[in-house]
Amino acid sequence: MRISEHWLREWVNPPVTTAELAERLTMAGLEVDSVEPAAPPFEGVVVGRVLSVEPHPDADKLRVCTVDVGGETPLNIVCGAPNVREGMRAPTAVVGARLPGGMKIRKAKLRGVPSEGMLCSARELGLSEEQSGLMELPEDAPVGEDLRCWLDLDDAVIEVDLTPNRGDCLGMAGVAREVSALTGIDAHPPVVEGVEPAIEETFPIEVAAPADCPRYCGRVIRGLDPRATTPLWMQERLRRGGIRSLGPLVDVTNYVMLELGQPMHAFDLARLQGGVCVRRATVGEKITLLDGREVELDDDVLLIADRQGPLAMAGVMGGEHSGVGETTTDILLESAFFTPTTIAGRARRYGMQTDSSFRFERGVDPELQRRATERATALLLEIAGGRPGPVVEVVSEAHLPAPRSVLLRRTRLEMILGVAIDDQEVDGILRRLGMAVEPVAEGWRVTAPPFRFDIAIEVDLIEEIGRIHGYDRLPSREPRGRMAMAPVSEARLPHARLRGLLVDRGWQEVITYSFVEEEWQRRLLPERQPLALANPISADMGVMRLSLWPGLLRTVAWNRNRQQDRVRIFETGLCFVPEEGEVAQIARIGGAWSGARYPEQWGLGSEAADFFDIKGDVEALLALGGHLGEARFEVAEHPALHPGQSARVLIGGRPAGWLGMLHPSLQASLETGPVLLFELDLAPLEEARIARYRSLSHYPAIRRDLAVVVSEETPAEAVLESVREACGEWLVELRLFDDYRGQGIESGQKSLALGLILQDSSRTLTDSDVDGLMERIVSGLGEQFGATLRD
Amino acid sequence: MEDLTQLVEQALAAVESAADARALDQVRVAYLGKKGEVTQRLKQLGGLAPEERRKAGQAINRAKQQIAEAIQARKGVLEEAALAAKLAAERIDVSLPGRGELPGGLHPINRTLDRIEALFRQLGFTVAEGPEVEDGFHNFEALNIPAHHPARAMHDTFYFEDDRLLRTHTSPVQVRVMEKSAPPLRIIAPGRVYRCDSDVTHTPMFHQVEGLLVDEGVSFVDLKGVLDMFLRQFFERDLAVRFRPSYFPFTEPSAEADIQCVICGGEGCRVCSHTGWLEVLGCGMVHPRVFEQVGIDAERYTGYAFGMGVERLAMLRYGVDDLRLFFENDLRFLRQFR
Repeated sequence: MRISEHWLREWVNPPVTTAELAERLTMAGLEVDSVEPAAPPFEGVVVGRVLSVEPHPDADKLRVCTVDVGGETPLNIVCGAPNVREGMRAPTAVVGARLPGGMKIRKAKLRGVPSEGMLCSARELGLSEEQSGLMELPEDAPVGEDLRCWLDLDDAVIEVDLTPNRGDCLGMAGVAREVSALTGIDAHPPVVEGVEPAIEETFPIEVAAPADCPRYCGRVIRGLDPRATTPLWMQERLRRGGIRSLGPLVDVTNYVMLELGQPMHAFDLARLQGGVCVRRATVGEKITLLDGREVELDDDVLLIADRQGPLAMAGVMGGEHSGVGETTTDILLESAFFTPTTIAGRARRYGMQTDSSFRFERGVDPELQRRATERATALLLEIAGGRPGPVVEVVSEAHLPAPRSVLLRRTRLEMILGVAIDDQEVDGILRRLGMAVEPVAEGWRVTAPPFRFDIAIEVDLIEEIGRIHGYDRLPSREPRGRMAMAPVSEARLPHARLRGLLVDRGWQEVITYSFVEEEWQRRLLPERQPLALANPISADMGVMRLSLWPGLLRTVAWNRNRQQDRVRIFETGLCFVPEEGEVAQIARIGGAWSGARYPEQWGLGSEAADFFDIKGDVEALLALGGHLGEARFEVAEHPALHPGQSARVLIGGRPAGWLGMLHPSLQASLETGPVLLFELDLAPLEEARIARYRSLSHYPAIRRDLAVVVSEETPAEAVLESVREACGEWLVELRLFDDYRGQGIESGQKSLALGLILQDSSRTLTDSDVDGLMERIVSGLGEQFGATLRD
Repeated sequence: MEDLTQLVEQALAAVESAADARALDQVRVAYLGKKGEVTQRLKQLGGLAPEERRKAGQAINRAKQQIAEAIQARKGVLEEAALAAKLAAERIDVSLPGRGELPGGLHPINRTLDRIEALFRQLGFTVAEGPEVEDGFHNFEALNIPAHHPARAMHDTFYFEDDRLLRTHTSPVQVRVMEKSAPPLRIIAPGRVYRCDSDVTHTPMFHQVEGLLVDEGVSFVDLKGVLDMFLRQFFERDLAVRFRPSYFPFTEPSAEADIQCVICGGEGCRVCSHTGWLEVLGCGMVHPRVFEQVGIDAERYTGYAFGMGVERLAMLRYGVDDLRLFFENDLRFLRQFR
């Protein structure tokens, strides 16, 4: 909502500066976005009257004019505007004038002819964006008068960003009421008097949907002068309100909207058939709107229709065929109250937002319609003549918003605001806001004015008191409260700890979008159907991620394209996996590693990272919560991973994630090069094991090493598992210290070297104990894997 | 006797010229060993008269001791030299960087979230989480935003084919917490939120922290107090905070909190649009309709709620001037926050 400060001050004029006024509005919840001058700075521009227009002797497009600017002798001015003509009045910059942008007017010769000033267009004065020749001033513009003064251009435009609950401030009347309440200065609204009908004629009005339109005022006005123009003062006020002038009929309805907050509409009477009816649309009914678009309607859209069909989408936009035009002389003026919920959301559904829908969906004063009609009639008559008929008002009292009577309790007011507010102040604030107040024992019985749709319950009034009293005048109380020790579960690892571990090990955290490009994701996870957005912002953010990998790989590619040759990144966040109509939202932690094992450095190898590097980090994550013992890495294939370098991670036998090398064919097509990936569910990682002490053995431990030859396909994990089982309680630690293939070992075979540390809790193990065990282990491995002892 | 003196001189010279431990040992063997010169002399004493034997014996023992001491001294010198040589040989360039990898870093948004969390935890707030794919009820209706409410237009919601949507704020977590637990409640809900908007100052995904406190006797002055304190602690500055009336369907009274511009100190600059103030969060007293939806007695309990944009706070704290940097994940940007 853009407000002309001078216009506002005609209603209510508090003794404060513009800046203070803006500050008061902001601090009362009418947030001022900007305060701008109504016109850019210029000086020395006066009203001039063109006395004569002669052709320029040496230039076809230039004219030589004499212009009366109220001085003793007229000025000679060379002008290039096509619309310059004898007798017209136009803004004239005299010698010494300074125009917006800093241009200074001097005596000059244009193609040999002296010129003592400049006739100006509205654009040159910063009053319009349009290029439309000289600005035409009306006949009564006083010649020689300073234009700034005459057009009241030293005004400020205050732009207020209104919250949706304050529809009542979408007109000068509402803002003035608010300023009055804030400053205690009375507002003086212009007096609106009824206009006596000059003709008897009325137009039939039927309201078939009274709940949607509890009040409808219509008035016929005949004999309007189609050549009339909107007075400049009105054009200026509309301009400052952000509305373009479109001729008197439309301008007057817009002016009344800016002034009183009542959106209005003028129908061309000649185009109406039979009578107007306010009714719901039928499904599929079509209307061509003022902007030329044809839209198909639903049955929850309210229409103004005549015998032939829809004339306007009620409260939103008029129809193309029934609107007023340049030849219109007779109109039906509409001023209605549409129920906010009937209008809400309708404009948006058809991709529109109009000044009208914006107001109706927030709530227009349901008692304003007749007054607005009278106001518009008076203005129209003043500008374009015409003979008004009587106002026809169709009203359904039952459907008008009922007056809301709300009890405001003194105790509740203090409970919510935290301080007691003086009774008199409360009373004064409510009254200045237009509320009817009746003191009762507990506090006040308050009836809100009909334009305050946001006042329905007690706390609505409490907010009003707080707001007008001033939030800044309410104290600020240091936090206090019951002390309580929040549980700190040792069995839960904060996921900051998991992230911290990776950071400490050199990983960089990233945050990628939760929506990804469908095609990218499909290449990685072709088997899963992702959740697709109905209204994605772009195709590359069309579906929800099923995994952290698409985002991580994108980020790897982005950084590799920026000369980063070693990328080690991780992310935590939700993945969205559709499952039987539901969407599982699974928190995961995942990482991607591209490039060398170590940062390039004199003391470290330069080899590329491999599976076991990333596995080391995964194991560290598992170890943090004590899961390493129950975790298994199972040989398994994943469509995104190298089939020979991928593993499924199981925790306690349950699948918990994956790790491996990105599939070589994807390395090429995703342009990432080799990337190692891991992804684990956070839930099992966050469960931590609480330690349980076991007594230490007092007897010596004994170490035995064992080298066995098995086929290359045999997972080391399986061999270790078999050894663990055979050892039982004796095994303190099992180390795998070599995995050897090559000379001395048959091809297809490998040698695994194990170190067993054995101990018993109640006695010293003897050689024969251990020898026996080693024999059992070797024969067990022989049976299970065909293992032999290495020579 | 002279010949003993000569022998000693000879021995001492040999000791002195011994270049290493082995040469020195040879000298020791040559003089003091079983067959060494000095030992030989001692053995020959038997042939002397007792009186003479005693005298000669003393002389030889003195010589022996003299030589032994010289050897011992020389040994010390040689060991010291050997150690010095060994140390010199083992000298390294300590200016070379250490082996291994330095820590990586947290994303600046998560760093900021961790910081916000840490501040509120001290006041007994615990962290609550909720789904990001939400339903219309929790995201809107339960928060007193019915269908077609003009406030919905401000939310630019991402929808799915069914009733589901991506949460547009962290406020639905409030509702979920109140559905499950009874007052007193003190939670914050950090997380990702989504709006269908993308330009220089908007990304379709961003982060919020929602706060909720419900108890008996909680009022607007408590809300002001906690946010005043938080904002000053977060920026580690004694900055001015102001509360402006605003509107959120799920709080009433509602307010927006502005801080004195941290860039210009309130003088007015480009960042604060020359107002001297920066809007940093929205807040208010929990609306009775929200309590009604979750079955909390609004006559007995009151509460406050607040919500802040994490990106905005991070930008102000770290001086980041382009929101989009946070989600490009350029390592050159992220490494600045280590």
